[in-house]
Amino acid sequence: MAEISRELLAGVPDQNGHFGEYGGRYVSETLMSALDDLDRLYTRLSADPEFQRELDADLANYVGRPSPLYEATRWAEQFGGARIFLKREDLNHTGAHKVNNTVGQALLARHMGKTRIIAETGAGQHGVASATVAARLGMECQVYMGEEDVRRQALNVYRMKLLGAEVIPVTSGSRTLKDAMNEAMRDWVTNVDDTYYIIGTVAGPHPYPKLVRDFQSVIGREARQQCLEITGKLPAALVACVGGGSNAIGLFYPFLTDDRVAMYGVEAAGLGLDTGEHAAPLSAGRPGILHGNRTYLMQDENGQILHTHSVSAGLDYPGVGPEHAWLKDIGRVNYVTADDREALDAFVQLNRREGIMPALESSHALAYAARLAPTLGSDDVVIVNLSGRGDKDIHIVAEINGIEF
Amino acid sequence: MSRIAECFAALEQSGRRALIPYVVAGDPGQEVTVPVMHKLVAAGANIIELGVPFSDPMAEGPVIQLAHERALANNVSLSTVLSMVREFRDQDQATPVLLMGYANPVARMGYSKFADAAQAVGLDALLTVDMPPEEVAALNIELQRAGLDNIFLVAPTTPLPRIEKITERASGFVYYISLKGVTGAGHLDMIEVANKVGEIRARCSLPVVVGFGIKDADSAAAVARIADGVVVGSALVQLMALAAERGENADGIAGAAAALLADMRAGMDAGQTG
Repeated sequence: MAEISRELLAGVPDQNGHFGEYGGRYVSETLMSALDDLDRLYTRLSADPEFQRELDADLANYVGRPSPLYEATRWAEQFGGARIFLKREDLNHTGAHKVNNTVGQALLARHMGKTRIIAETGAGQHGVASATVAARLGMECQVYMGEEDVRRQALNVYRMKLLGAEVIPVTSGSRTLKDAMNEAMRDWVTNVDDTYYIIGTVAGPHPYPKLVRDFQSVIGREARQQCLEITGKLPAALVACVGGGSNAIGLFYPFLTDDRVAMYGVEAAGLGLDTGEHAAPLSAGRPGILHGNRTYLMQDENGQILHTHSVSAGLDYPGVGPEHAWLKDIGRVNYVTADDREALDAFVQLNRREGIMPALESSHALAYAARLAPTLGSDDVVIVNLSGRGDKDIHIVAEINGIEF
Repeated sequence: MSRIAECFAALEQSGRRALIPYVVAGDPGQEVTVPVMHKLVAAGANIIELGVPFSDPMAEGPVIQLAHERALANNVSLSTVLSMVREFRDQDQATPVLLMGYANPVARMGYSKFADAAQAVGLDALLTVDMPPEEVAALNIELQRAGLDNIFLVAPTTPLPRIEKITERASGFVYYISLKGVTGAGHLDMIEVANKVGEIRARCSLPVVVGFGIKDADSAAAVARIADGVVVGSALVQLMALAAERGENADGIAGAAAALLADMRAGMDAGQTG
């Protein structure tokens, strides 16, 4: 297993946002100055104890942190091998890990004096989390969402509207998350003076991958401490799903220098890697440039971005955060896949055996953990990031099972 | 001297400004692009800017997004675009041709391979919308080796010290984006544009051209009074799309584009002398 020293980790990203040969800032000139401003502000605030206190208070009193680390005994017993613990991000306010980041970025927006928030969303969880913090701060909020996702995630769309946000369906390109991100970028280029763009994942131009990672790292910091308290040792393995990769980096980051902790990022294999109908750039893509950063992408031989497929809207993205690209290349994290069917099975099993309804995104991580656990010893501990709850996916699962409401 | 430098020197001699039409290569059909390029030159274009279609054209407004989608539906790749430039060069060795696009297709081809191919077909310059000076070093080495100009954008939001950082790496000309926004948007504040063009000129000796928000003879003439060149994109692309929808053939589509361009040329030239 590759080892990462603290010194190496401290230098990533570099001052231009590079994680090795990935990341950076590939955007139109109009946005460069806004990104510089954001970078300067974040660098100052992240070293400011008062800002950290403000953030911690919001995480405790508004988000409801710390989230529990729960041992899923009855679910795990059917696989044998390792003990499996779930990091319960599904219990956060708004039902997913996304709010850890939007609470942090909302503070940045307020410090910058912005009056309007925009966001892109796939499954709708980040849109809901953005609309939530905008409501709390009394800011105008517009959320870009691919038309296809608007259809798939009607519940979250209505939820955003109840929160006072406007959901703008995106009809260009493949009408999913990547196109929503294009449209949000276009909005930001036009309204850069008064608008703060809350990117929901660890992708995008520098400093977003870094600051989203920092805000999400609360997941791994808590999990590390909780695991030591509960089990007296560090976990043998961490498992998290990877779309853009924010919940995964949040869990992994505080463990990266713990050499003995293995890490598995689970991409969506969709209908199968060999069918082309998937969303697994790290497993089946190659490096390229999209949405402001250099990273692994699903692209054709001419550099056009490919259509993706996953049963889970939140994983349906052709790129991935640049830090994951770097962690793959240096061999610190193993990137694996689970397909639609495995994720749906895990969704059902966790409901039946633990009374917990996971998001379809998180179900990919569960599906891989089910394969991993039997290969480990009974003293070993596996932590799965249960990044969100599955209420939003009930109608998708029902539709697949041929049930109409 | 590069074709672009020669072009601006000749315009300077005759007291005229550069008129630079933008069309997306392969839109609305593959067979249309080269005839359109020739007609645009005949109608008064000084430099041709060809858009390289991309699946995720983040800086484009709806009109040019649709043009990218149509071109991709016609299977136009970066290689196809380069072969269009070669075909154009068979008949026109004088008019500079510039590609405007996004980083990924060029990165996928490979910077070195792209530069070689571009040189071989007689391309003059590349403008990569999402490749700011901070990221351009590797690409610039290859472009310089192949004698290609690298065109950079300056935006209304670009602070003064950044202008120098950009112009240090730029060659050919500097492209000032006159609006905060995507292509095809809004109206121009001519005083603001004039101020910014002045700031750029004070910091480099390259010609400064202005694009975004120029849609007719009047706006072209107004910009021509304060800049070295004028880019027109969305207005042309829209006219060509409408002509295609009417069922016009390549000649008809080229004619529609050329008519607007001739109008702008006349407006600009009258504005210079009058």
